[in-house]
Amino acid sequence: MATSLEVRGVSLRFGGVRALTDVSFAINEGELFSIIGPNGAGKTSIVNCISGRYKPTEGQLFYQGRDITGLTPNARPKLGIGRTFQNLALFHHMSVLDNIMVGRHHLLKNNFLTGSLYWLTGARKEELVHRRKVEEIIDFLDLQSVRKAQAGTLSYGLRKRVELARAMALEPRLILLDEPMAGMNFEEKEDMARYIVDLNEEFGMTVVMIEHDMGVVMDISHRVMVLDFGRKIADGDPAAVLADPHVRRAYLGEEDEALVDPDDAPSVQESAA
Amino acid sequence: MAGPALIPAGDFRTSYAADTTIFPTKTSRNFAIAGVLLLCLVPQFLGGYWLSMLIQIGIFSIAALGLNILVGFTGQISIGHAAFFLLGAFTSAYISNNAPVPVFFAIPVAGVVTALVGLIFGIPAARLKGLYLVIATLAAQYILLDFFSRAEWFSGGSVPASAEPFSIFGYTLRGDRQYFYVVLAYVLASYVLVTNLMRTRDGRALVAIRDHYLSAEIMGINLTKYRTLSFGLAAFFAGIAGALYAHYQLVVSQEGFGIERSILFLAMIIIGGTGSIMGTLMGTAFVVLLPETMELISLYLKGGAIDKALSLNNNITFLREIAIGVIIIVFLMFEPDGLAHRWRQIKAYWKLYPFSH
Repeated sequence: MATSLEVRGVSLRFGGVRALTDVSFAINEGELFSIIGPNGAGKTSIVNCISGRYKPTEGQLFYQGRDITGLTPNARPKLGIGRTFQNLALFHHMSVLDNIMVGRHHLLKNNFLTGSLYWLTGARKEELVHRRKVEEIIDFLDLQSVRKAQAGTLSYGLRKRVELARAMALEPRLILLDEPMAGMNFEEKEDMARYIVDLNEEFGMTVVMIEHDMGVVMDISHRVMVLDFGRKIADGDPAAVLADPHVRRAYLGEEDEALVDPDDAPSVQESAA
Repeated sequence: MAGPALIPAGDFRTSYAADTTIFPTKTSRNFAIAGVLLLCLVPQFLGGYWLSMLIQIGIFSIAALGLNILVGFTGQISIGHAAFFLLGAFTSAYISNNAPVPVFFAIPVAGVVTALVGLIFGIPAARLKGLYLVIATLAAQYILLDFFSRAEWFSGGSVPASAEPFSIFGYTLRGDRQYFYVVLAYVLASYVLVTNLMRTRDGRALVAIRDHYLSAEIMGINLTKYRTLSFGLAAFFAGIAGALYAHYQLVVSQEGFGIERSILFLAMIIIGGTGSIMGTLMGTAFVVLLPETMELISLYLKGGAIDKALSLNNNITFLREIAIGVIIIVFLMFEPDGLAHRWRQIKAYWKLYPFSH
């Protein structure tokens, strides 16, 4: 299998804080790859390095064999890298439709001159072609009823879905999902898990997902990487990672109910009280 | 239901093209066309003072539209807009006086020159935000004004520069009645162009930067490019408006285009509605007509008890400035989305009229 993304010895420091220390891994084309770990382990930091928001202090990143370490974030969608954010980052005052259309930015050609002349320059035609593509995404994610609504007025679960739609509109080969199911109820999680599997299987995207819900992670991922205090402590297929004693100690807890979401499990203090 | 504006009953759209029109329905489009046709008749009936008011509203609304691209749509700020307005005025006057081109061509050229200068002053905007950007644009205002007072070859120094009347291919338009149509054409063109801009790629990119610049960047939008571009666009419309003003007044002077004029432009878009194209027009009309209203009020109050206590009539400009300040505060507190928002509310009310709730 061809390698989609290779992370080679990446370290990230903010002054004295070591967010990441010598993290290396490779993701294969077409893989559904999950990153797990306790809060502050550096999961989002590694995604930020891949999407270009942070520049690693040391180490390099290769995407399809090309060094992307120093590339600006806005150059990455063209290469086929898209992402969603952990804490919703929609354009709140724009409609859902426009939010998704922004995702087509790098695929559209009209500029401020041709766009202003709309009817004369073919900008209208181009907009309509891309509107059709956006409507396909809206259909896939079942957003028809809210396409004209202002993104800021939607419920949390819907906003997460709009954000996924916006990332899909980039037509990425590699999509980074930062906690796509955080704060969702069971049904919403189930829907989202289906969408993610479809992204991977139907659309053929390579998916990198950060997620805390261990049930979902174990069910749908092909491979799992565990981070703790900015270091990689395990990497492999879900069952093997689950059995790893380091992982159990760092993240899952020593109990037998390893599959229980650590957030839902009663904490030690609670059971003592 | 988190719906957008109310859609009239029976308004079914069966193609994406029908869903991207400027006017939501055929009726609203026909009303707009009828409105423009009525405006074309205005010089036949109105003259003198009120016609000059309309021309001023038109000219300033183009400049305010530029500022709204910058402030309302891109989320930047500028308190140097009046300087760009003046730059357009001086440039167009200079070109029409010194080059053998009719004023018809001098106006767009002045717009482009102002846009280029705006792009230069926009470079710091790519890195600065909020208060720091305010100070940087303040510097732009003073640098340009200083240039105008020193570069006598360009601006005539302390003597106001003269500007040619509007002409094209040997035919010269004279007087307000004819100039009204020039301004009307420019207002229509500007508003249509900006409306189109905002529904295509680059317009969306500007709004995306305003709403969430970090995720805009992840979506492939070059922040530096678009922040600078929005300064260029704002300056372009300021330059066009300034040029129109120059050939309307036939003289260009720095008088009245200091920082307070820049603030007045900001007042227009705040009152009209930041991020609203039609609101810009409403806000400009409001701010231009406000002093006239204040004058009427002061005439009414003349000789009254308040007048005796404050001697208002001798300080009419003073009262006007206070009124603008008070109105900005009132709008920020009670109507932060401006007149455009109020207008939408009124329309929605009538659409639902007997059964609003």
